[in-house]
Amino acid sequence: MSTPNGNGRVITMGQAIKEALAEELRRDPTVYVMGEDVAEAGTAFKVLKGLVDEFGPERVIDSPISEPGITGLGVGAAMTGMRPVVDIMFGDFSTLIMDQMVNQAAKIHYMSGGKLKVPMVLRTTMGATRRSAAQHSQSLHAWFSHVPGIKVVIPSTPYDAKGLLKSAIRDENPVVFFEDKMMYQLKGEVPEEEYIIPLGVADVKREGSDITIVATSSMVQVSLAAADKLAEIGISAEIVDPRCTFPLDKDALINSAKKTSRVIVVDEGYERYGVTAELASVIADGAFYYLDAPVKRMGAMDVPIPFSPVLEDLTVPTPDTVFEMAKTLCGAA
Amino acid sequence: MAKAKGTKAKSTKPAGKPAGKEDVEDLLQMYEQMVRIREFEDKVNELYTSAKMPGLAHLYIGEEAIAVGVCEALNSDDYITSTHRGHGHCIAKGAAVDIMFAELLGKAAGYCGGKGGSMHIADQANGNLGANAIVGGSAGIAAGAAFSAKRLGTGQVAVCFFGEGALGQGLLYETMNMAQLWKLPVIFVCENNMYNEYTHYNETAAGTLTGRAEAFGIYTEEIDGQDIRVVNEAATRLVERARKGEGPAFLVCNTYRYHGHHVGDIDRAYYRPKEEELEWQQRDPITILADWIINQKLSDQSVLDHIQADVKSEVARGAEFALNAPYPDPSEVDTNVYA
Repeated sequence: MSTPNGNGRVITMGQAIKEALAEELRRDPTVYVMGEDVAEAGTAFKVLKGLVDEFGPERVIDSPISEPGITGLGVGAAMTGMRPVVDIMFGDFSTLIMDQMVNQAAKIHYMSGGKLKVPMVLRTTMGATRRSAAQHSQSLHAWFSHVPGIKVVIPSTPYDAKGLLKSAIRDENPVVFFEDKMMYQLKGEVPEEEYIIPLGVADVKREGSDITIVATSSMVQVSLAAADKLAEIGISAEIVDPRCTFPLDKDALINSAKKTSRVIVVDEGYERYGVTAELASVIADGAFYYLDAPVKRMGAMDVPIPFSPVLEDLTVPTPDTVFEMAKTLCGAA
Repeated sequence: MAKAKGTKAKSTKPAGKPAGKEDVEDLLQMYEQMVRIREFEDKVNELYTSAKMPGLAHLYIGEEAIAVGVCEALNSDDYITSTHRGHGHCIAKGAAVDIMFAELLGKAAGYCGGKGGSMHIADQANGNLGANAIVGGSAGIAAGAAFSAKRLGTGQVAVCFFGEGALGQGLLYETMNMAQLWKLPVIFVCENNMYNEYTHYNETAAGTLTGRAEAFGIYTEEIDGQDIRVVNEAATRLVERARKGEGPAFLVCNTYRYHGHHVGDIDRAYYRPKEEELEWQQRDPITILADWIINQKLSDQSVLDHIQADVKSEVARGAEFALNAPYPDPSEVDTNVYA
């Protein structure tokens, strides 16, 4: 477990992301940030507030509202010596950039026989319960995870977000970095000194022995809360965070499943054909003889995310629903 | 991997000239490059129709003056992005025909190790960032390359080749907007061969073609794409302009696709009359330049014939090399997915 030793320094996820960008902008003059309202406004979520003051509008660049254009420009810049960080305000706008990511960025290295490469990062958001309705609430990381040539990062803590974003910027491939917009204010320990976290290494967020809960992004926090409740009734839950959907640390998931024999996979993407299906399949395949129960999946309900808070809250896993599922799976009704 | 001989065409010359190329050597170089494309494409047609080439082949025959006229105005480290009809651009930017044939046949010796093929050929050593099988799909890439050149202060320019069919794509306009906002050194070269696959552009493009770029305040010209001297002169000016930091340009080159959309598109009467095809062939770009060279007494027919014969033989050798070259090892199937 990589419990960060922040020597007591606690910052928010948003601050951690901004720190990662600032450090990489400082370290490498080819890094730039481009997106809608990223400069003076510091993004719609104010995460980058102040970044332009240090690096100027030449490197923290406000763009037109042209998601395919800024993504395509990023692909071309990445192919020719820059390291773009493209900001797509809402993950829902992934629909607009799919050609540039899927047909261009993901395939250029392969199609050119390895001669060209696209070292770019696309930062975007995910997550419901912000009362933003159906076009600003989806978690569409499964789409990118489906495409060979792309890496996908879904951090769950400030510490992970910072270390993984720095790795993503240094990576030689297109990396999509999903930030849960409900977690920007989440606080956690982050050390002053520089560190990076390699892509594709899972992290055990809580050790346990009775059941494994594989959780991503904000679902890690949901699952940690569920684990607290489970402990109260004598069930010891292990929380494993893959941190990336690709590269995927299959061994970490399988080893935990072998240890506990019961697994729930929780992810905020749609359950249908989603990340949970892939992770559950990996576990079922790799730990089949160790499992005492089928691997259960929990994702967003298969509906467009509704606006009304009463309805929206029903669509995503919560500590209570994860707790109930774990309890049932452990036969502790 | 078999070692390729690399019968590389003479590379493009340093820029810096104020106008198009008029020296006899330069004109003969442009003639040779156009002939190289014509001969290459004729051979592709032959390989394809004799079932020796898999996949699809979109021939550039008839449009040679544009690729060559533009690329001869570039330095070898300037960038281009190309289209599904991209063999001409690739050759014009300095690629070797034998390695190109190898790529088209899916052989290990090809520019992309056989992984790209006709529609994805890339030659980064000569600044060719790749052909693109998504219509208009490379506009952002070309502008991104121009963005890099500007930020890194390299003085390079980027040329985005596309057909008039791409004028229906939104990405192109998003990119033009940013290119002009940020004065990027990118030249949008619209090869108007009049047909979006099988549909005349009058049925697909409202307004004027140049009006699109003019709306962004982009410097725009529309020229005869069959006369390479006109193309090269315009391209040279636009490249110099971009290199000096004066921003992007939009160049419409009117031209004609002699063959169908792809090699298999043989029955074309339903979308364009035979008379139109014959009429355009009266304005053949290679003949126009040859006539100029002869009429101006800059050279004589025997020199042109010699070039033609040499290139024909080079292309024949290149195709033979590719036909005999080995396919990629099966172990290559999952390499280069990630860098």
